[in-house]
Amino acid sequence: MNYVEGAPIRDTKAPAGPIEERWEKRKFGAKLVNPANKRKLNVIVVGTGLAGGSAAATLGELGYRVKSFCYQDTPRRAHSIAAQGGINAAKNYRGDGDSIYRLFYDTVKGGDFRARESNVYRLAQVSVNIIDQAVAQGVPFAREYGGLLDTRSFGGAQVSRTFYARGQTGQQLLLGAYQALERQIAAGTVEMFTRHEMLDLIVADGRARGVIVRDMVTGEIERHVADAVVLATGGYGNVFFLSTNAKGCNTTAIWRAHERGAYFANPCYTQIHPTCIPVSGEYQSKLTLMSESLRNDGRVWVPLRKGDGRAPGDIPEDERDYYLERIYPAFGNLVPRDIASRAAKNVCDEGRGVGPGGLGVYLDFRDAIGRLGRDAVEKKYGNLFEMYERITGENPYDVPMRIYPAVHYTMGGLWVDYDLQSTIPGLFVIGEANFSDHGANRLGASALMQGLADGYFVLPTTIGDYLAAGPFGEVDEEAVAAAEIKVRSRIDRLLAVNGTRTPDSFHRELGKLMWEYCGMERTEQSLRKALERIPELREEFWRDVKVSGTAEELNQVLEKAGRVADFFDLAELMCLDALVRTESCGGHFRAESQDADGEALRDDETFAHVSAWEYSPEGEPVLHKEPLEYEYVKMTQRSYK
Amino acid sequence: MAVTGAVMVIFLLAHMLGNVKIFFGRESFNAYAHGLRTLLEPMAPYRLLLTVLEIVLVVSVVAHMWAAISLARRARKARPVKYVAKKSQAGGYTTHIMRFGGVTIVLFVVWHLLDLTFGVVNPKGFDSTPADRMIAGFDASRWWVTLLYVVAVVMIGLHLRHGIWSAFQTLGLANRARYRALKAVAALVSAALVIGFLAPPLAITFGVIK
Amino acid sequence: MNLTLKVWRQSGPSDAGRMVTYRVEDVSPDMSFLEMLDVLNERLILEGDDPVAFDHDCREGICGMCGMVINGVAHGEQRATTTCQLHMRHFEDGATITIEPWRAAPFPVVKDLVVDRSAFDRVIQAGGFVSVPAGSAPDAHSIPVRKEDADDAFDAATCIGCGACVAACPNGSASLFTAAKITHLSLLPQGQPERLSRAKAMVDQMDAEGFGGCTNTGECTAVCPKGIPLDTIAQMNSDYLKANAK
Ligand SMILES: Cc1cc2nc3c(=O)[nH]c(=O)nc-3n(C[C@H](O)[C@H](O)[C@H](O)COP(=O)(O)OP(=O)(O)OC[C@H]3O[C@@H](n4cnc5c(N)ncnc54)[C@H](O)[C@@H]3O)c2cc1C
Ligand code: HEM
Ligand code: HEM
Ligand code: SF4
Ligand code: F3S
Ligand code: FES
Repeated sequence: MNYVEGAPIRDTKAPAGPIEERWEKRKFGAKLVNPANKRKLNVIVVGTGLAGGSAAATLGELGYRVKSFCYQDTPRRAHSIAAQGGINAAKNYRGDGDSIYRLFYDTVKGGDFRARESNVYRLAQVSVNIIDQAVAQGVPFAREYGGLLDTRSFGGAQVSRTFYARGQTGQQLLLGAYQALERQIAAGTVEMFTRHEMLDLIVADGRARGVIVRDMVTGEIERHVADAVVLATGGYGNVFFLSTNAKGCNTTAIWRAHERGAYFANPCYTQIHPTCIPVSGEYQSKLTLMSESLRNDGRVWVPLRKGDGRAPGDIPEDERDYYLERIYPAFGNLVPRDIASRAAKNVCDEGRGVGPGGLGVYLDFRDAIGRLGRDAVEKKYGNLFEMYERITGENPYDVPMRIYPAVHYTMGGLWVDYDLQSTIPGLFVIGEANFSDHGANRLGASALMQGLADGYFVLPTTIGDYLAAGPFGEVDEEAVAAAEIKVRSRIDRLLAVNGTRTPDSFHRELGKLMWEYCGMERTEQSLRKALERIPELREEFWRDVKVSGTAEELNQVLEKAGRVADFFDLAELMCLDALVRTESCGGHFRAESQDADGEALRDDETFAHVSAWEYSPEGEPVLHKEPLEYEYVKMTQRSYK
Repeated sequence: MAVTGAVMVIFLLAHMLGNVKIFFGRESFNAYAHGLRTLLEPMAPYRLLLTVLEIVLVVSVVAHMWAAISLARRARKARPVKYVAKKSQAGGYTTHIMRFGGVTIVLFVVWHLLDLTFGVVNPKGFDSTPADRMIAGFDASRWWVTLLYVVAVVMIGLHLRHGIWSAFQTLGLANRARYRALKAVAALVSAALVIGFLAPPLAITFGVIK
Repeated sequence: MNLTLKVWRQSGPSDAGRMVTYRVEDVSPDMSFLEMLDVLNERLILEGDDPVAFDHDCREGICGMCGMVINGVAHGEQRATTTCQLHMRHFEDGATITIEPWRAAPFPVVKDLVVDRSAFDRVIQAGGFVSVPAGSAPDAHSIPVRKEDADDAFDAATCIGCGACVAACPNGSASLFTAAKITHLSLLPQGQPERLSRAKAMVDQMDAEGFGGCTNTGECTAVCPKGIPLDTIAQMNSDYLKANAK
C-alpha cells in the first residue's frame, strides 16, 4: 500500500499566548447560543462511556435536544466501566509538589513528545474540576480516616495524584455519568437509543448531519439527523482480536466517519499493558488486565536459563533473573508500560518465558508477603488475587502470578482540532475515539481524565461555538438516502457470501497477524509482510465468510462480521502508519530505531508531527502532517535507567 | 405485613405467658382468663378490652393474610414463565415455607378457637371453665389433638424464626451490625414460644397436670 | 471435557420457546463458560444453524451485561461470580448443564438468553442520581465524608446492574438492585437533599415496572456477583417508610 503526502495542517484553532490562558481565551472567544435557540438545536452523541455519557448529560442540561446511542442494552455498560486503576488530577491535596504544570509536564513527557502542548495543558487544568464534579455526584472515591480523599501514586508518577475507588474507578465514574444521563433522559432533554449500532455518518453540504444506525433487536435501519454529531465510541484495540477491551469495542463508527472524510491520526500508536493474565489456549476470547498497582510490590522475573521447566518454587534465587531491576535499577519494576512490556517480550523471545507457550513472566509476591505479611498483602491486593485465581485456577499466594503484555489502549483515533472538531465540520470526536492528548503513549490514569474532561467541560463549550450558527435546516434527502443504501447493501453483501468460515475465525487470524507484525515491536519487514497479507485475508473474508441468520432480527453474527470487515481496513492503515514512522516513540517501537542499549530512539527532526490520514476511495491514502512545537517542555529522550 | 405480624407476635407472647399459668393450678389459670375479661373494670364494661384486643387481632390476621396473598399474586405475575431448573442459594428452608406455614397456622387457629374458646369440639363444651376445657382437651386419650398442636406450634416457630427477623428488615430497623443479634433474637423468641406453648398441653397429655 | 447442554431457545418475544439439547466436545477446563458457548456457536454457524444469542461485553465481571441461569442458579453456583468469570473447571466431565435466561415479566426475553433489562434504567431515571449540573460543583474537599460511610456507600455502589437478583428472587423482586443505589446515595452527604424523595420515587417505579415484592428470602444477595448486602434493603425500607410518613 502506498500513500501520497498532502498539505500539512497548520492551524489547530488553539489560541496563541501564554499556555495558562489559552483555554480561558478560547472559552471567552466561543460564541454563545441563546437559550431559546438551544431547544431548536439537535445533537447526536454516539457512545455512552465516560466521554459520551458525560457529554450527552451535559449537553442535555444546557438545553440542547440530544439523542444518545450505544450498542449495549444500557448506557451504563460502556467499556469505561472496566477501568480499574484511577484518575489523575492536579489537585495537589497531598502538598507533594504537584501542580497543573507538573501534570502537564509529566503527560507531555510520558507521551514521548508526540502530544500537543495546548491540549495537554487544558487537560491538566480541567482535571481539577472533574474530581469536584464526580464527588458532588456521589462517586465514592477512597477516603482517609479524616474524611478527605485518598490518592495514590500510579504508573511511576513521582507525586500522588491518582484518585481511585478501590479497583473500580472507571465503574464508579461511569455510574456517575450514567446517572447524570438518566436524569436528563427523565427530564426529556436526552432521548436514549440502546442496542443501536452506528453504521454510517450522514454528511450533507459539507457538514456532519446525522447517523445511520441499525436497531440491533429488530434489524431496522434508522436515520437520525441533527445539527451536529459527536462520536465517543471508544478505542479500537480489538483489531488485535485479543485485548483487554470489551468484546464489543469496535472501530466501525470512526472508520465509517473516516471514509466520509474525517482524518485518522496516528493509527499505529497502541498501548500494550504489561500486566495481563497470559493466554491459556486457542479458544481464548479476551485478555484480562491485572491492575498495574501490583507492580508496586510484586517482583518480575524469569529463569536465567532458557527452557527451564522447573516449578517456580524450585528455582533458586541465583538462577532467577529479576530483569527489570537489573536493567532499570532506578525504576525497577515500576518502569512505564511500554518499557515493561517490551522487556517481557524480549525475555520471552530469548526462550525464557514461562507458562503455556513460553509466553509469560512471573510476578512474584513472595518477598512482599515475607516483608509485609500475608494479611497486609491480602488487604491491598486481595481482590486482584481472587480474580487471578478465578481465571487461572492458581493461587498467587503460593505460586507466583504469570503475566504477559496485552493490547490495552489506542492512542490513535480521528484527528480533532483544539475544539475537538474533526476535519468534517459538525463532527466532534471525544474520548478514546479521537487521537487524544496522550501522544505516543498514555500515562496510567489519564484516559479517564481525558474522557471526562472532553465530555463534561471541553466539548459543551466548543460545540456551542459551532452550533451558534445553526440550526442548519433541512438535511439533503439524497445524502441521507445514499448513506442508508450504502449501509443496507453492505449488510446484504455480508449475508450473501455464505462461505465456510465464521467472522470470529477471520478476526482471530487478523489479530494474530497484527500482534505478530504490528505489535510490541515493528520492523519494516514485518510491516510490509502485514501489508501484503491483510488485503489477501480481507479478500478471503469477503469471499468466504459465513453469516447465519437474517438482517431483520437480533443477529450477533452479523454484528460481528460488520465489525471485523472494518477492522481489516483499519489494520491496513495502522500498518502503513507504522511503516512510515521509522522512529521509535512511546507505544510504537521500530526495531530499526534503537540506541546501543536497545532503548527506543526517537527522531524529533523528522517525526515531531501528528500523522493525519485522509481517506481516498480509489487512490492512495493522503498523509497530512501536523507539526508539533514544544515551547514549554523541552524535548528530551526518556530515560528510566 | 411486618406491623400485623408484630401485633400477632406480641399477642402470642402474652398468650403463651398466660397459658403457662396452668402450671400454677386451675385457679390461677381461671383467674387469668377471668382477669382478661374484667381488665380495667369498673372503668370499662366486662370484656371491653378483650373485645378490642380481639378486633385488633382479627384485623391483623386479615391484613396479614391479605398482604401475603397480594405478595404471592405479584410474585406470580412477575414470573409468568417458570424455571425448568431452580435451586435455592440462600441457606435456610424457613424462608421458603412462609406461605405454607401461614396457611397451616390459620387452619390451626380455626380448630383452636372451636376447641378452647367456643368448646365446640371440646369434650367439656362451652359451659365450662377454661381450665377444665384445656385439661379435658389435651387428655391423653385425645393424643392426636396434642399432636396437632405440636405440629402447628412448631410451624409457628418456623414462621417466626424467619418472620421476626424479617419484620425488622421490612421496617428498616436492621443493618449489618445487627443481623446476628436479630437472628438470635428471632430464634430465641420463636423457641421460647414453642416451648412455652407446648409445655402445658404436653404436661396435660402426659399427666403432669391433672 | 464433554458436556450436554440444555439451552433455552426462543427466536423472539412472540415465540413460546423451548429447551434444546446440544453436545459440546473437547471443552478445556480453563475455558470460561462463555468461551464454551463460543465453541458451540462457532459450530452452529458453520452448520447453518442459528447460534445461541447471549449478552456479554467486558468478559471480566464488571459491565453486568452477561447473565444466565445455570443449573437453576443465576450466574451459576460459584459465589460472587458473573457468568463470564465462571470457568469450566468447576464442572464435571460428562455433566448436563441447563441454561436459561433471567425470568421475570419486567425482563422480557429478546432472543434465547438475551433479555431486556431497560426497567432498571427507568428505576434509576426515577431518582437514582444527585442533581448536580456540570461545572456547579464545590471543591471536592469541602465536604468530608467519614471513611466508614464512604466504604459502606462503596459496597452498595458496586452493583453492576446485571439483574441476577431479580432472576433469583422467588418473588421476582428488584429490591436488591434498587436498594443498592438508594443506599449508596443515602450514606453520602451529597445524597441527603434528595434522599427521601429519591427512595420514594425509585421504589414506586420499581413496583410500577411489575417487579414482585420482597419477602426477605435473601436469594438475591446469595447470587449477587458483587455481594451487595441485604441490609441495603433495610436501608431502602427505612427511607421509603420515612418518605411516606412525610
Ligand atoms: C481493562 C482496562 C482498564 C483501564 N484502566 C484505566 C485506568 O485505570 N485509568 C484510566 O485513565 N484509563 C483506563 N483505561 C482506559 C479507559 O478506560 C478508556 O480509555 C476510556 O474509558 C474510554 O472511554 P470512552 O468514553 O472514550 O469510550 P468507551 O467507554 O469505550 O465507550 C464507547 C461507547 O461507544 C459505544 N459505541 C461504540 N461503537 C459504537 C457504534 N458503532 N455504534 C453505537 N455505539 C457505539 C459503546 O456502546 C460505548 O457506549 C482502561 C482500559 C481498560 C480496557
Ligand atoms: C394466614 C396466615 C399467614 C400467612 C399466609 C402468612 C404469610 C406470611 C408471609 C408470606 C410472610 C413473609 C413476608 C415477609 O417475610 O416479609 C409472613 C411474614 C410474617 N408473618 Fe406471617 N403469615 C400468616 C400468619 C402469621 C401469624 C399468625 C403470625 C404471628 C403469629 C405471623 C407473623 C409473621 C411475621 C412477624 C412476619 C414478618 C413480617 C415482615 O417481615 O414484614 N404470620 N407471613
Ligand atoms: C398450644 C398451646 C395453646 C393453648 C394451650 C392455648 C389455649 C387457649 C385457651 C385456653 C384459650 C381460651 C382463652 C379464653 O377463652 O379465655 C385460647 C384462646 C385463643 N388462642 Fe390459644 N392456645 C394455644 C396456642 C395458640 C396459638 C399458637 C395461637 C395462634 C396462632 C392461639 C390463638 C388463640 C386465639 C386467637 C384465641 C382467642 C383469644 C380470644 O378469644 O381473645 N393459641 N387459647
Ligand atoms: S444487586 Fe447484585 S445481582 Fe442485583 S443487579 Fe446489582 S450486582 Fe446484579
Ligand atoms: S431474593 Fe427477593 S424476597 Fe427480597 S431478599 Fe431478595 S428481593
Ligand atoms: S460480560 Fe461483563 S460482567 Fe460478564
